[in-house]
Amino acid sequence: MNAQEIIRSIEAEQLKSNLPDIYVGDTVRVGVIIQEGGKERTQPYEGVVIAKRNGGINETITVRRIFQGVGVERVFLLHSPRVASIKVLRRGKVRRAKLYYLRDRVGKATRVKQRFDRAL
Amino acid sequence: MAVGILGTKLGMTQVFDEAGKAIPVTVVQAGPCTVTQIKTKETDGYTAIQVGYKEVKPKALNKPLLGHLAKSSAPSLRHLREYHLDNPSEYDLGQEIKADIFASGQMVNVIGTSIGRGFAGYQRRHNFGRGPMSHGSKNHRLPGSIGAGTTPGRVYPGKKMAGRLGGKRVTIPQLTVVQVDSERNLLLIKGAVPGKPGALLNIVPARRGSQT
Repeated sequence: MNAQEIIRSIEAEQLKSNLPDIYVGDTVRVGVIIQEGGKERTQPYEGVVIAKRNGGINETITVRRIFQGVGVERVFLLHSPRVASIKVLRRGKVRRAKLYYLRDRVGKATRVKQRFDRAL
Repeated sequence: MAVGILGTKLGMTQVFDEAGKAIPVTVVQAGPCTVTQIKTKETDGYTAIQVGYKEVKPKALNKPLLGHLAKSSAPSLRHLREYHLDNPSEYDLGQEIKADIFASGQMVNVIGTSIGRGFAGYQRRHNFGRGPMSHGSKNHRLPGSIGAGTTPGRVYPGKKMAGRLGGKRVTIPQLTVVQVDSERNLLLIKGAVPGKPGALLNIVPARRGSQT
């Protein structure tokens, strides 16, 4: 085995196999495990995927939502044990790989057109 | 002093700990090393064991080295290093040292050769500031003054100047061993280690609390 194969085999033990197909523009609900005074609970976070980084074990998505009038973006490490669940709620039709233009928009203009040719 | 191990840097990745935190780790192929010589007070004046690492074709080595390795019936090994020990008689000639001499959670020092950067300028080598790039300035990456004038009339020794950077022996102290794979002789060490993938590393147990 060469060096790359050994590193991939170490990463393979930690990869999740049950991740759904996530595309940029999708609306997702992410269940995040948070520690609160010695207790663990899952907190949902819902928003639009505006960026995706494919890096093997370092695969991340950036999810944007408007919370109390303030734009919030969170980056989720998809294979992390802290990300308990991911559910795709709505497929979006977009023409960019990174939807950073949504940051400059407010209200109705932030909507992403829905697409129906991809299964949820 | 304790015995360490020689290894090859394979590259970096990340693993998740129990809390779900991603830890950056360097994967090191550690050993197997062979004990090639036992040095005693009577024969050598000090006590140590010599270990060899990285099996190569015999034709890659010269005859004196092959003769030395034949004494311990070791395979043809490229790299030899010594570890000073108080009691080297615990080890036998030809004995194998594997990655399982380390346990996860243990602190280690990693010794290697840093990446050679060739002849590097002031900014890169000594983190000097840069001059203005515009407004008529011609002082972009120059060092500025390197000393006073007629008195002392020379540049003081040790003045930071451009020159060869990297390619030197570097010790990275107090790194944590995250995981040990004794089957494949792999060590996962938290953080970065010197050199590029394929570089030779010397991994020794860190003395508790010491910063060297």
